[in-house]
Order: sequence, then C-alpha cells, then structure tokens
Amino acid sequence: MSKKEAPRLDLPWREAGESGIVRDAGNSVLYETGTWRSMRPVRDFEQCTQCLICWVVCPDASITIEDGKVSGFDYMHCKGCGICAQECPVNIKKPHSVTGELGKVIQMVPESDSKA
Amino acid sequence: MMATAEKIRIRLRDYVNNEEKLAPGHRLCAGCAEPIAIRQILHAIDGPVVVSCATGCFEVATTSYPYTAWTVPWMHSAFENAASSISGIEAAYNVLKRRGKIPADQDIKFLAIGGDGASYDIGLQFISGALERGHKFVYVCLNNEAYMNTGIQRSGATPRGAATTTTPAGEVIPGKPQWRKPFTKIMAAHDIAYVAQASPHNYRDLMTKAKKAFAVDGPAVLNVLAPCPRGWRHASDMALQVAQLAADTCRWPLYEVENGRTIVNYKPREKKPVIEWLKSQGRFRHLLRPAMAGLVQEIQDKTDQEWEELLKAEADSTPAA
Repeated sequence: MSKKEAPRLDLPWREAGESGIVRDAGNSVLYETGTWRSMRPVRDFEQCTQCLICWVVCPDASITIEDGKVSGFDYMHCKGCGICAQECPVNIKKPHSVTGELGKVIQMVPESDSKA
Repeated sequence: MMATAEKIRIRLRDYVNNEEKLAPGHRLCAGCAEPIAIRQILHAIDGPVVVSCATGCFEVATTSYPYTAWTVPWMHSAFENAASSISGIEAAYNVLKRRGKIPADQDIKFLAIGGDGASYDIGLQFISGALERGHKFVYVCLNNEAYMNTGIQRSGATPRGAATTTTPAGEVIPGKPQWRKPFTKIMAAHDIAYVAQASPHNYRDLMTKAKKAFAVDGPAVLNVLAPCPRGWRHASDMALQVAQLAADTCRWPLYEVENGRTIVNYKPREKKPVIEWLKSQGRFRHLLRPAMAGLVQEIQDKTDQEWEELLKAEADSTPAA
C-alpha cells in the first residue's frame, strides 16, 4: 500500500469532494482500533507451528506476516476479540513464554498488564 | 465454464503474502464474523475485483467517512440494490471491453455483498432480477440473522424463538414466532450454475466455494453464516465456535447446488441436538426454561426434517455410478 495521509475531518462540504468519494484506498489503516482492546493476544513463537489458522480467522487482518510466516500482532488495529486464541489448534507442552501457563500458543492477557 | 470437477486445494501459505483487499482499521465490532468471511472470500479471488455493498453493518463499518477499509474499487449501494449496481458495473465493463477500452485479456471479477436484511427481505427482487438477467457476478449474503446495524430487529432470516428488539421474549411471545425464510433454496430455484451455503469456521470450504462461484460463467450466490456477538449474545471470541455448532447440529448445513446437483459438504459424524446450539447464545436463553421444551422440540423436528430433505435432494440429484 502507498503512503497515506490522514483525511481531514474539518473540510466544509464544498471542498469535501464529489459524492463523498474517498480516493485514498485502504486509508482506514490510519485509524487506530487497538484502543478498543481490553485483552491482548500474546504468542509463544518457539512453540508456534506456523499453521496460519490465526491469520485466516482474524477479523481485523492483524496477524502480521513476514516471508510467509507469522511475525506478530498488529496492536494498532487488533481489537482484542480473542478469536485467534480461541481457534489456535496447538496445545503447548512447555509453559507459555509470556504467560508461563499451559494451554494454547496464543493466549490472552489483560491489556493493563502489558506494555506496548 | 472452468472445469470445477478438478479438486480445489486450499493451502494457507499460498495466500498469506497476498495484499489484504480489506484493510484493518474498519470499525466492525470486536469478534464480528463478517470480516472473517469476507477476508477469506477476497483472498480466494485471483486478480482484480469490483465490489458493491448494500447498506448494513458491513457497509457502514468498513467505510466510515472519510476512511475506507477497501483497497479495491468499492461502491456504496442503497439497502435493496447491491445486485442492481453490480449488474450495471458488469454491463459497463462488457461495453468497455467490446470497444477496446479495457484489454480483451483483462479479467475483472464482480462481487455484491448484502446482509440478511438486504438479501432475505429488502433486496430479494433485485437479486432475483440480476440472477435472471444472467450477469456474471457473485452475490454474498452475510447472514447474521437480524438487522444488527440498526440494533437487532428481526428479519426474514431470524430463526424461530430468537429474541430480538422487535420480537422480545416475554409472556406474550417466546421470541420470533415465525420460521426463517429458505433463502438458499430460493436462490437455487433460479436454476443458476452455482449456489452454496457456507460458514467462515470452515475456511477451506468457504474459500473453495468462493473459487467455484467466481469460476462460473454467470451469476452465483453464497449464503454465509456470520455469528454476531452483540446480537446473538455470545462472547467476542466465540463466533467461529458458534458457527461450528450450527454445522454440527445441522441447523446450518454446509452444502452447494452446482448445475442442479445438490452436494452436502459437511456431514457431522455425530449430529448434535439443537439445544447445544440454543445454549451457546443469549438470544435463545428463554428457551432453556422447562416450559419451553415444546418449542425446542419443534425447532429440533424442523431441523431434522430440513436435514433429511437435504440428504434426499443430494441422493436424488446424484447420478447413479
């Protein structure tokens, strides 16, 4: 995607453009929905099998990918719905690298406990 | 028509490097299943696509002015006419191609999206018209079983017994009194090449169906279940689990009608009782009272009857080996 500029919200209607057309495709990436989050997903990369299920079930396209592999979460847009943690199919054998708990590779922690 | 006989294999690693056609930053509720379904469908499309979207949650939340989550050409339609707008766009594309303004080898796909209100109720005749005219496009109904955008009013898709703000469960009525409309069957009755019912919990099935729908030379319809945490009253991480239950209880069978032949794509090994599905959502909470056992039985009987009819339709339309 090309570099985007934040759209102006204070334009008078005459300058707002014909038919309300938004020409900057995909400019919603500038809008932060991560502030909605109360729970934050965290991943144990060492035990992740890279099955990509979290990527295909994320409603907000907030599983970041590098070279075809999951590289993290886009916390600017992740709303903390928890679907990735719920659908993660991998039950871990060792305690989770972030939470120290057994369970899934992706787990949810309260937002207030974590630093961005 | 492209050969649909060959098996389509969906491997996620083939798709992860593709650009997202629906960017993040849209304002659908946390845990909404609609963007999951649409992301899966958009990833299944090869090449450029033009989208027309009817009024509904998905339309208002992906294009809150002056932002848009769409990185592909997208057009806002009124509540009823997403199918009509896409018909016009497709007709214009054909003319431009004939006049040489669009290269002859340029293949553009057309997608119309509506909610269940736009599809089952308000836009039904417009979809019917577009199917009859034979435009080459895919219509996707994002079925969250009520008018969620305006605050959970009942629609033609709302199942019997579900509490909505216009059919509140109480002493007078136990939620919506009527059965839901058989939209997928109505679409299939148009004798078009491809109609399917799908759900985003089974991404392989949904992406395969999207590929098949875009491959036919003419209109195709996908009716996709989209659990709604707010309207169905379940936790925000449960959308796909609830969808899975819908398939396991045979309340939302995954099937397709391809050139008149019905194929059931998912037959649960163990058919779960419909009460499991009712228990998973707060909108059916009142049905768990002992006094409501009769209505639950009616819902179970109706589900069984529809499932048997579907299996019979499959058996009847399968050519003898």
